[in-house]
Amino acid sequence: MAAIIADNLVRRFDAFTAVDGISFTVQPGEIFGFLGPNGSGKTVTIKMLCGILPLSGGTAHVDGIDVGQDPDAVRARIGYMSQKFALYDDLTVRENLRFYGMVYDLYGRRLERRMDDIIARINIETYLGRQAGKLSGGWKQRLALGCALLHEPTVLFLDEPTAGIDPVARRQLWDLLFELSGHGITFFVTTHYMDEAERCSHLAYIYYGRIIADGTPAELRRLPGITPERTYRLEITAGEVTAALRQARQIPAVRSATIFGRSIHALVDDACPQDQLTQMLTHSGVKIEEVRTLLPSLEDVFVELSERRQKELEAA
Amino acid sequence: MNPMLGFRAMVYKEVLHALRDRFALIFAFMMPLFQMVILGFAVDTNVRQVPTAIFDQSGLTSGDGTAGSSASREFIDRLRNADTFHVYKFVHSDAEMNEEMVAGRARVAVKFPPEFARDLLRGETAQVLVLVDGSDSSVAGQAVTVTGQIGLDESLRRLLGEQAARPIEVRPKIMFNPASRSPNFFLPGMVAILLIFVTTMLTAFSVVREKERGTLEQLLVTPVRPLALMLGKITPYFALGVAEVCALLLFMNFVFEVPIHGNPLLLTLLSSCYLFVNLTIGVLISTKANSQAEAMQLAMMIMLPSIFLSGYIFPRDNMPWIFFGLSYLVPATYMVNISRGVILRGAGPAELWLDALVLFVLGVVVLLLAVRRFKSMIV
Repeated sequence: MAAIIADNLVRRFDAFTAVDGISFTVQPGEIFGFLGPNGSGKTVTIKMLCGILPLSGGTAHVDGIDVGQDPDAVRARIGYMSQKFALYDDLTVRENLRFYGMVYDLYGRRLERRMDDIIARINIETYLGRQAGKLSGGWKQRLALGCALLHEPTVLFLDEPTAGIDPVARRQLWDLLFELSGHGITFFVTTHYMDEAERCSHLAYIYYGRIIADGTPAELRRLPGITPERTYRLEITAGEVTAALRQARQIPAVRSATIFGRSIHALVDDACPQDQLTQMLTHSGVKIEEVRTLLPSLEDVFVELSERRQKELEAA
Repeated sequence: MNPMLGFRAMVYKEVLHALRDRFALIFAFMMPLFQMVILGFAVDTNVRQVPTAIFDQSGLTSGDGTAGSSASREFIDRLRNADTFHVYKFVHSDAEMNEEMVAGRARVAVKFPPEFARDLLRGETAQVLVLVDGSDSSVAGQAVTVTGQIGLDESLRRLLGEQAARPIEVRPKIMFNPASRSPNFFLPGMVAILLIFVTTMLTAFSVVREKERGTLEQLLVTPVRPLALMLGKITPYFALGVAEVCALLLFMNFVFEVPIHGNPLLLTLLSSCYLFVNLTIGVLISTKANSQAEAMQLAMMIMLPSIFLSGYIFPRDNMPWIFFGLSYLVPATYMVNISRGVILRGAGPAELWLDALVLFVLGVVVLLLAVRRFKSMIV
C-alpha cells in the first residue's frame, strides 16, 4: 500500500486556484522531494495532506486513510515539522518532548519509553535540561524532528526543514532522514536546495498549481527536451580555465559554455563528437585534464521546465 | 475521538510557561493590588473643605465703612462651620472674585450684595449670590445643596425665632455604608474591573504569542481538539484569577477595612463565573488578533465599556436607554452587582444566583464562538 496517494487534488480560494488537479503517489520509505517556486502551491498541498485544509476536489489518502473523510485520524498518524521549528523557547528540551508526547496522548511509562528512544536517536542527551531557545539552529531542528517523531508517525511532512541551517547541520539532518527512512518512515520534504533534491529518492516539481515533473532525480535529468535535440553536454576540466573557455566559445559546434569552478560545462552539437572537440581544443593550446559527458543538473531541469510551462501559460 | 485530547498537555505547558517567567507572573498578580492601593487611598467622593472665596459688600450700606454686616457674618460663620466649605479669602471686587474662580483657586464664591443687610432689616427678601465651579459635578452638586440648606435654615431661624422647634425634621439613614466611606463603595466594584487584567489580557496574550511564534500552526497539525486547547489555556489563568480574588478581598478587608457582610466563600464561588467569562473573552480576542499589540487594543476596547457601563463609576439608572441595554451585555455589570451585593448588602445565593447564571451562560456562548472562530482559522 502506498504511503501517500494524491488523486487529482484541487484547492481553490475564491476565484484563485492554488492547486489545480495534482496527482502523485509516494511509496513507504521514500524520501519524496516536493519542489517548486514560492507561491506555487507547496504549502497548500501539505496542509491538505495533513488534514488541516479541506480539499476543493479530488481525493488524498495518507497511510491508507482518506484525508477528506477522517482528517483527525490522519493528524494522529502523521508528523509535521515546519521551517520555524515550533518549539517552546522557554521550555527545556525534555519538557518540549514531554509536551508533544502528551499532545499525542502519550502518558506515563509509554511516554517515558518513547522519549528515551527519541533522545537516543537524535543524540540530544547532553542538552536535555537546556531551554530550547538557547540551542543552536541545528539542535533546534533535531529537537523539532524528535518532537514530530514521538508518536511513531508513519509519514512525516517536513516543510523546508533546513532553511537557514548551517551546512554541517544540514548534512547531519539528511543522514538522520536516511536512517529513519530505512526503518520504513516516509518523508514528504519541501526544499529550495538542489543538493537536497538530489538526495531524494523521488521528486515532484509543482509550478503554479500543476505538477510538471515527477520521477527519480535520474529520470528527471533524462527527460526529453532538457538537453536540446542533437546536442550533448560535456564537462571539460582544463589548466587555464578562462583561456579554455575563450577557445571553446570560438568553436562553432559549441552552442554554449560556462565555467563551473575549475571546469567548463558545454553544450555541443552531435555533429561534433567528443574526440573531435578535444582535438580541436588541444590544437588551440588548451591543456585538457579530464573530459566527461554530463547529465543536466536538476537546476537545469527545473529552470527549463518552468520556462516551458510559462510559455504555455502565456500562449493560452 | 476524545474531545478533551491534549487538555492535560496544554495545562502542563502553560504552567511551565508561567513558572519560567515568574517575574511577569508576579507582576500580573501584584498589579491589581497596587491599583487597589492607589484608588483606595486617593479616591474620596465625599466633598469636604471646598476652597471658598467671600465677597461681602453688605457693610457698605451700614455706613461704618467696614466690610460686612452682622447679618452676613452670621451667614459666613454657618458656611465655615459646615465641613463642606473652607473660606480661605475675602475678596473686594467682582473682578477679583472672578479671577479666583477662573484661576481655580476658589471652587465656590459667595457674594453678599450691598443691599443684603438693608433688605433683611426691612423684612424684604435678601439675596446671596453663590458662584459654583461646574467643572467637577460632585463638588458643584454638594455646594449647591449645602448653601441652599444653609439659606433655608437661616430663613427658618429668622421666621420662627431661635428656639422654636421645626415642624418637620427629616432624618436620613444611609444603609450598608453608614459612614459613607468611599472605599466601601468603590473597592467592591473595582474588584470586577481589576480582575480583567489577570484574566482577559493574560489569556489573549498567551494565545497570540503562540501565533507569533508559529507554535499554534504546529498544534493545529496535531490531534489536539480546539476545545481542549482553549480550556487547557485558560485553566491555569483561572487558578490565578481565583487567587487574585482572594488576595483582593483580603486586601480590601484588612488594609482598607471594608467589612464583608456576606459570605466570602460565596463571593469567591460567584466570581469564578465572572473569571470564566473574562477568560473566554481573552481567547476570543486571541482568535482575532495577530499580534500582542493588537490583542492589547482589543482588550482595551472591552475594558473601557466595562468600566463605564458596569455601574462601577456612573450609576446605570441614569444612563440613556440604549446604554442601559448595552450594560446588560457587559459581564462586569453582573460582577459589580455580585461584589457589592455580598460585601456591602450581605446578599446571599437567593439574591445573586441569576447574575451568576447569566455570567456562566455568557461564558459558554463566548467559548463556543471562540471555538467556531478557531476552527475556521485552521482552514
